[in-house]
Amino acid sequence: MNNIIKKFLPQILAILFVVLIFGFLTINAQTNMDNRGIDFGFGFLSQESSFDVQFSLIEYSGSDSYARAFLVGLLNTLLVSFISIIFCTILGVIIGVARLSSNYLIKNSAAWYVEFFRNIPLLLQIFFWYYAALRALPLPEKANAWFGVTYMTVKGYYIPAMVWENLNVFLYCGLAAIISIIVLRNYANNLRDTQGKQIPVLLYSIAILIVLPLLSFLFGGVSLEFELPQLKKLSKISYIYEGGISLPPELIALVLALSLYTSTFVAECVRAGIEGVSKGQKEAAASVGLTPNQVLKLVIMPQALRIIIPPTTNQYLNLTKNSSLAAAIAYPDLVLVFAGTALMQTGKAIEIVSITMLTYLTISLTIAAIMNWYNKKIEIKEK
Amino acid sequence: MQTINFLKPSRDNIKNYSIIGSFLVLISLIDVISNAFLKTNLTSFLPGSLSSLFPLILGLIGLNMMRIDYSGNKTLDKLNKNINTNNFNAVLTLLILFSIIKALPPSLSWMILDANISGDSKDACTGTGACWTYIKVWFRRFMYGMYPNEFHWRINTAFILVIALGFVGYFMKENLKKYLALYYVIIYPIIAYLVIYYLISGGSFGLQWVETGAWGGLSLTFIVSFFCLIFCFPLGMIFALGRRSNLPAIKYISICYIEFWRGVPLITVLFMSSVMFPMFLPEDFFMDKLVRVIIAITLFEAAYCAEVIRGGLQSLPRGQYDAAKSLGMGYWKMHIFVILPQALKLVIPGIANTFLALVKDTPLIFVVGLAELAGMLALAKTNPKWLGFAMEGYIFASIIFWIICYAMSKYSYNLEAKYKTER
Repeated sequence: MNNIIKKFLPQILAILFVVLIFGFLTINAQTNMDNRGIDFGFGFLSQESSFDVQFSLIEYSGSDSYARAFLVGLLNTLLVSFISIIFCTILGVIIGVARLSSNYLIKNSAAWYVEFFRNIPLLLQIFFWYYAALRALPLPEKANAWFGVTYMTVKGYYIPAMVWENLNVFLYCGLAAIISIIVLRNYANNLRDTQGKQIPVLLYSIAILIVLPLLSFLFGGVSLEFELPQLKKLSKISYIYEGGISLPPELIALVLALSLYTSTFVAECVRAGIEGVSKGQKEAAASVGLTPNQVLKLVIMPQALRIIIPPTTNQYLNLTKNSSLAAAIAYPDLVLVFAGTALMQTGKAIEIVSITMLTYLTISLTIAAIMNWYNKKIEIKEK
Repeated sequence: MQTINFLKPSRDNIKNYSIIGSFLVLISLIDVISNAFLKTNLTSFLPGSLSSLFPLILGLIGLNMMRIDYSGNKTLDKLNKNINTNNFNAVLTLLILFSIIKALPPSLSWMILDANISGDSKDACTGTGACWTYIKVWFRRFMYGMYPNEFHWRINTAFILVIALGFVGYFMKENLKKYLALYYVIIYPIIAYLVIYYLISGGSFGLQWVETGAWGGLSLTFIVSFFCLIFCFPLGMIFALGRRSNLPAIKYISICYIEFWRGVPLITVLFMSSVMFPMFLPEDFFMDKLVRVIIAITLFEAAYCAEVIRGGLQSLPRGQYDAAKSLGMGYWKMHIFVILPQALKLVIPGIANTFLALVKDTPLIFVVGLAELAGMLALAKTNPKWLGFAMEGYIFASIIFWIICYAMSKYSYNLEAKYKTER
């Protein structure tokens, strides 16, 4: 009897406590909303939003619904996160490897890079790039061409756009190439395991990857043209580039700040991973007779990646959450478009803030679940 | 007779090669330095791209000549081992040296040589460099926000008092030490709150009332992060214990809490505190904006704190639990006297890291209209009398934050190293 009380009393109290808090908050919200004449509901999502968004990946205008505005914001968030993740990974791996270099200068430059960018608040870095560094860029009419065709100006970065004809044929060819490479790999592995024969898979793969898309150009009717940005005079003193793709300065500042900041954490993960593989492993692999390339590919990397990937994914997740700072420099991400503008217009504070938080929560939990699955899969299974 | 190979550097011709090599490296460095500082191109007689690559090629040849293994010369050996192990490393070494030299003159002239600091208006800034006058004039605003100038001593006194009270633990008598945890977890936060409330807010003891809207600058960063830290620690401890509990209801409530706050960005939490929170409060109940922000950040950071403490709890060997249980201790007795004292000592570095993240996150409170350092900068930047000094402002703020965060990260690193050896 005593045991049962000991076991159930704290649980019942805890549940009661949570229920009471939620009840208290709900009742308050109910009375507050009644007093102000606001009703709770998600019907506003299908209403016309009647505000414009500066930069969006899908077609959007003021006559579209709030749900579509939400989608625009979400896509913009994912876009900036995706670009930043690519850059921060490249930078992070380089810096992480550089920190292990035997060269005193390289080692210390990398260490100072990490200490420098890690210890300045991300928001300040975003502000610095947006308000100070990018504002010092030239006006469109005075911009010099980078690589001959792209223009970095104070109004954004202008790059050529690709104009495809029969893009789907090209994509199918790419898909076919990838599938045939996978098949080839499996076949080669099978051949090696059963007959001990080796075939140069990498060489064949590269050949397939080049030849198949090339064929689509020759026979599939695919053609690619570049639309170059052209300087256009708007008024006496105002110029702008037309054609091509323009990346707004908000996006550039955000990508710069996010990737520089997160790359320091990725670099630390990479360093820890490589340091985590014991030296004996390398020596043992070499003494078995593996070539340096094989040692790296078959012994070091699988073990280092096991240490590197989980914390790095965590950093990617942090980056995605940090991309919400975009609201500070008016990049139309989920927070600015939905929790900012849409909230101002509809006044549906509870619904909109919950949707925004739930969206981020869903992204986080999905990635966390995938990570857990992956960790279980690569776990060293001891017999 | 031993032949001496003059073409390949070795121990036999060490003198010739090391002298020629260092001479070549010296020339390449002189070329770059004169290029950067004196703006004269010594190698202008060479055709275009070769002229700019000249120092690199020369330096590379020089370093190649100096690369003699086991030369017997200590300095040379050290140099070779550290910056000159192979050609690739030599190129990187030269590139880093050159870029440092190239970057020095413009940054020096912008920050110091051509900069202005005298005067107290925009007109004093005539040079092409930075305008530190701007920082000088706005310094008090950056530190104290809109807090009235004549009351700044109140903020200073309050901070000194709070810090002094924090060190009380070190000077406590031996027989009082057992109450240390009690002091830090319950008594200290209350005293600190009272000190800050009565000194900075004022309103009694003849001190004029200053509303929280006027607080700002770096001092607000300290106030927010300080309160969030002392509140989130006990809360985090509760949820860490909850997550490790055997009772399913408590365990899952804790897991939900922790995973929820860890899954959302702080900026949405602050949005919640500013637009959603008032809806959930009783009708005639008013809560100050600053208090709401502190509650929101505390709830948020408590989840991170809980995970750090859980790590400490998990790293304790099972034997500690078993031993405590075999002595007949109950859950609370076991945790208070055996588990937590050991676990908390382990997690101090982790807590320091959480606190570091917290300090770096405080600039975000600008979204609810509280202007700490970054917010004050945004305000100063749009002041019509001081347009165009964004760069100086952000560099100043970055330096300040960098010093604070770097000191803290070094401190937490030292703590980590200290506790590692003790166990």
